[in-house]
Amino acid sequence: MGMIEIISLSKWFGDFQVLKDITDTVERGEVLVICGPSGSGKSTLIRCINRLEEYQQGKILIEGLDIHGRDVDVNELRTHIGIVFQQFNLYPHLTVLKNITLAPVKVKGVPKAGAERLALELLERVGIHDQARKYPAELSGGQQQRVAIARALAMKPKVMLFDEPTSALDPEMINEVLNVMKDLARDGMTMLCVTHEMGFAREVADRVIFMDGGIILEEAPPEEFFSKPKHERAQAFLREIL
Amino acid sequence: MAYTFDWKLVLGGEYGGWIVQGLATTLKISALAIFCSLALGTLIAVLRLTRMRPLVWFSVAFTEFFRNTPLLVQIFFWYFGSYSVLPEVVNKWLYRQDFEFAAGVIALTVYTAAFIAEDIRSGIFAIPKTQIEASRATGLSFLQSMRFVILPQAFRIIIPPLISQFLNVVKNSSLVMTIGVMDLTYMTRQIESYTFHGFEAFTVATLIYLAISLVVSFTVNIYNKRVLKLIPY
Repeated sequence: MGMIEIISLSKWFGDFQVLKDITDTVERGEVLVICGPSGSGKSTLIRCINRLEEYQQGKILIEGLDIHGRDVDVNELRTHIGIVFQQFNLYPHLTVLKNITLAPVKVKGVPKAGAERLALELLERVGIHDQARKYPAELSGGQQQRVAIARALAMKPKVMLFDEPTSALDPEMINEVLNVMKDLARDGMTMLCVTHEMGFAREVADRVIFMDGGIILEEAPPEEFFSKPKHERAQAFLREIL
Repeated sequence: MAYTFDWKLVLGGEYGGWIVQGLATTLKISALAIFCSLALGTLIAVLRLTRMRPLVWFSVAFTEFFRNTPLLVQIFFWYFGSYSVLPEVVNKWLYRQDFEFAAGVIALTVYTAAFIAEDIRSGIFAIPKTQIEASRATGLSFLQSMRFVILPQAFRIIIPPLISQFLNVVKNSSLVMTIGVMDLTYMTRQIESYTFHGFEAFTVATLIYLAISLVVSFTVNIYNKRVLKLIPY
């Protein structure tokens, strides 16, 4: 049984079909990189997994449980799935520390002191423990994104989703975020990353899928995908970004 | 015959005391109405954003009804008409209190809440949707997300229109004299009918209303600048 099983998933925005009968299984501890041109449905696909997007057909199972099952509490479900967004989406009115402790305290009922200890540990892990009392606007983009990763990890998720986590960053800040993601991958986190960072994919991905027009056009281990992509669209895409 | 001004008459002695009493009532009724309308207005605004149809309809009906009917009519409605619609227990309780005062607070609260709800709603719409997404994605419920993430940011944006609403409450509170609440305006009229020195009495009342409004406005502005400036964004 895979960690995440996506079965014949289809989704429409009005008349436009963004996802066309997608099927895939992500194993526990697997790092999956999803790439493809914009509008190919890759962000929508991962956003379906924590029900930020609804879908019309198909199923998604997490550890065998249908995420739209009758006794699934969506808030409980989401505590197991961390997500990191392109635009960080930190809470601007709260300090870094509060950004991280909010959900553990309010959702899981972790005592404040314990939540803060965990938050500081996580900040240490992403390399910015000295910024805990600052507000997001006082941090650089790379630091903000690392806070966002810490915020997601604070819920101790089973799966982490990354939705183009480095696309909004200045080039010199991309690596600090990728390094944190690589550490996570090596620690055995199950990760689904929508990204065009091919260096990252080569280094830590177990598998790369290439999406276009709402379908998975190609799926391969990174070496194979980069050296001899089978599909013409994938070849063209790789020529563009490499 | 020339009119002789007598400021001492309204500033000191028994009549001065009436003004102070009236002022105290005005402050009390305004403060209560501001507090309650802020709470009710927030609730009405949030109800409208839920996905539950009946709650949304209730919120829309509430807002449109109470902001589109004259406040004076509403005051009369609560004073003369509430007996027939409110439950017996509530009526009994209200009559044991100061009923005029209670009717005045209810009318002002409900009327103002309708406006405040619209201000809050526009504040909420000004916060990027991604803030709701980010908070819901960590497992926060809709209400938790509103309470801890959206509303604190929305309130900051709508402080200027909120000040206007608070000032309106203070000024609108003068209408409750029509149902016999002995507020500043009521007392001033009383002085006028006892002494015929209406000019002095109403000048004093005008200046007092102006002073209250300026104090409210300055206080909230200072809060806005001092406290909220600490948070850079």
